[in-house]
Amino acid sequence: MKYEIQPTLPPPSSMIGVVGWLRKNLFNGPTNSVATIVVGYFLISFLVPTIQWIFIDSDWVGTSRDACTSGGACWVFIANRLDQFLYGFYPETEHWRPQLAFIIMIGSIIWLVLPQTPKKGLVAILLLVVYPIIAYFLLYGDVFGLPQVETHLWGGLTLTLVLAVVGIVASLPLGIVLALGRQSDMPIVKSVCVTFIEIWRGVPLITVLFMASVMLPLFFPEGMSFDKLLRALIGITLFQSAYMAEVIRGGLQAIPKGQYEAADALGLGYWQKMILVIMPQALKLMIPGIVNTFIALFKDTSLVLIIGLFDVLAIGQAANQDPDWIGYSTESYLFIALLFWVFCFSMSRYSQHLEKKLHTGHGNRA
Amino acid sequence: MSSDISNSGHKPDGGSAPQSAPPLSKPKFWNDPKKRSLLFQILLLTALGFVFYTIIENTLTNLEQRGMTTGFDFLSREAGFGIAMSLIDYTEASSYGMTFIVGLLNTILIAVMGIIAATILGFILGVARLSDNWLIAKFSALYIEVFRNIPLLLQIFFWYYAVLRTLPAPRQSIEFLGSFLNNRGLIVPAPVPEDGFGLVIMGFFGAIVASWFIARWSRKRQELTGQQFPVILTSIGLIVGVPLLLFLFSGLPLGLDHPELKGFNFKGGITVIPELMALWLALSIYTAAFIAETVRAGILAVSHGQTEAATALGMSKAKTLRLIVIPQAMRVVIPPLTSQYLNLTKNSSLATAIGYPDLVNVFAGTTLNQTGQAIEVIAMTMAVYLTLSLLTSFFMNWYNARIQLTER
Repeated sequence: MKYEIQPTLPPPSSMIGVVGWLRKNLFNGPTNSVATIVVGYFLISFLVPTIQWIFIDSDWVGTSRDACTSGGACWVFIANRLDQFLYGFYPETEHWRPQLAFIIMIGSIIWLVLPQTPKKGLVAILLLVVYPIIAYFLLYGDVFGLPQVETHLWGGLTLTLVLAVVGIVASLPLGIVLALGRQSDMPIVKSVCVTFIEIWRGVPLITVLFMASVMLPLFFPEGMSFDKLLRALIGITLFQSAYMAEVIRGGLQAIPKGQYEAADALGLGYWQKMILVIMPQALKLMIPGIVNTFIALFKDTSLVLIIGLFDVLAIGQAANQDPDWIGYSTESYLFIALLFWVFCFSMSRYSQHLEKKLHTGHGNRA
Repeated sequence: MSSDISNSGHKPDGGSAPQSAPPLSKPKFWNDPKKRSLLFQILLLTALGFVFYTIIENTLTNLEQRGMTTGFDFLSREAGFGIAMSLIDYTEASSYGMTFIVGLLNTILIAVMGIIAATILGFILGVARLSDNWLIAKFSALYIEVFRNIPLLLQIFFWYYAVLRTLPAPRQSIEFLGSFLNNRGLIVPAPVPEDGFGLVIMGFFGAIVASWFIARWSRKRQELTGQQFPVILTSIGLIVGVPLLLFLFSGLPLGLDHPELKGFNFKGGITVIPELMALWLALSIYTAAFIAETVRAGILAVSHGQTEAATALGMSKAKTLRLIVIPQAMRVVIPPLTSQYLNLTKNSSLATAIGYPDLVNVFAGTTLNQTGQAIEVIAMTMAVYLTLSLLTSFFMNWYNARIQLTER
């Protein structure tokens, strides 16, 4: 007798291919089948008209509302006001300045995000320290023959980015100091830092902005006046630094105690220990947290419209009031939502990617 | 400062000093960590004191120059403005202090409504994202990624200006189940309790008390005999059933005040103003996305070994979920959940952008503008939110200490 192993039969056709996938993921069991059909029905009955409204029935070219005749979305409205959405009331001849500032920023961020580029540390320091100064002179002007552009003309996406970037850059050093202070052995330093952090974290940003716009002028001697943007920036920075401090504290606490003790044993002083041993390890762990704070801040910048600054949402609100374009508010809200969504979603994806990368990395977590 | 400290790090400080060396010079006082920290703290206090002194000094001079009064006397003065929605009796003749209370109650109302809706929606979405049904999991993921990444203020504006304000006028209201939906809000029939309704309410509370006793008795019996008793089902049955039966037997003692169109607006019924609806929708939808992520993380945090052990013990899927997974997931879920509740409460202050009369809109808005007493008003407003968040964080610390795993 000779035994021969028969060739393996292919899996039944109902288990592979499209049918198999459907059976496994959508129709495994009666409950799931019913759920799939119900959810699918609602999705189709909602998504099909929406897509039709946005893409198929919509109008894209034209100069006035007369071009919007097909009953779908009127993107002409957005197209006509695109400059305002992006630059606010920034003079049209000077639009290259925010553009250049934006390109430099995106360029350095891409440099930082790509895995194979060299000298990331240097670029990061340039971006955090030198770039804000360049961007300020570029946007405000009044030097190197650039005409001055007052801050009340800044607006749209430019202003949103200015608020978010300044908020994050300025709150980072303040947050580091506060986090170190909160971990300090000195009771007075510790309690001052804890009080500061808890007060700002406990109140809504709106009240902070109110305070910055109403109360701040009272705090300074007569004649010392701040411009509205600067007041909002002070409010946002103080508010954000408290959240930043908590992120940094989380990073500091994730470093095993042995690292602190080893640094002490080597006879390093406090600042040497922090700068040479703890911070390089902790900062890496903090990047996802910092990115998440940045996302929250980016969304929160829209609140400045309440104190009368024209960020991208405020520009949208103003556009909706335009008597020539009444009735197209959905279009402008969708467009602004898309702007915010693209920024926030890509940042959150990046932070998730980092978290995964760090998690399997060096096992820094205790 | 930093160079001083680093010097101290390199000094051998006597430990390795040769025996025959001249006696050690006493360390400089700034190299002594204790004295240095004392000095540093004194410096910090002085600096803070100076900053506060300057601020107060400047503020007082500024206030005097602008002829503004200080103090809390304004709270008892007549407010003289109306508020669109109030849970208590409020007229234009009420005091500024009353505007504070009206605003506070409205804030609490929207916070509670939002928390309930966001929790329900968030738990459903969080569990749905882990579903093995591809469509449901993807739908939930899509929802979360879309709504989490769009600013809340934009969502509030969308619901208010693009949806609710474009509804038809009262005369062309959308009518359903005796309610009317139009651009002035949602008008629903108001329940009017009649004689005997007190009995129903008493039955409701009686059922709650009874359920508590049943839970105690069943726990005791389980400890003694191991027999289980369906406590939750019985309690739900009691709490819903008893008032319902009483309601039916006492002859339906609840009338309805139906809204009617009179002239250009509705009379009767309860009007839910569009500002409240828009804020509620936006807050719940936005926060639910965050809660869903929290719930998902909590469920994933329960190790697979736990479910496998439960299966090995022969527990059914539902029992495993109820007795093994959920209690352990809650340990991970509750701390971030509380901070989401707190965020929702703080975010409800965005009401001011669409004119829902919450604390910030009424008190830090109209009252501030009318009285001009910015410092007092903003301090009071901030104190409310601060108290809320401090209470929450005390609760969290207590809860964390209570549920922490006791390990070696």
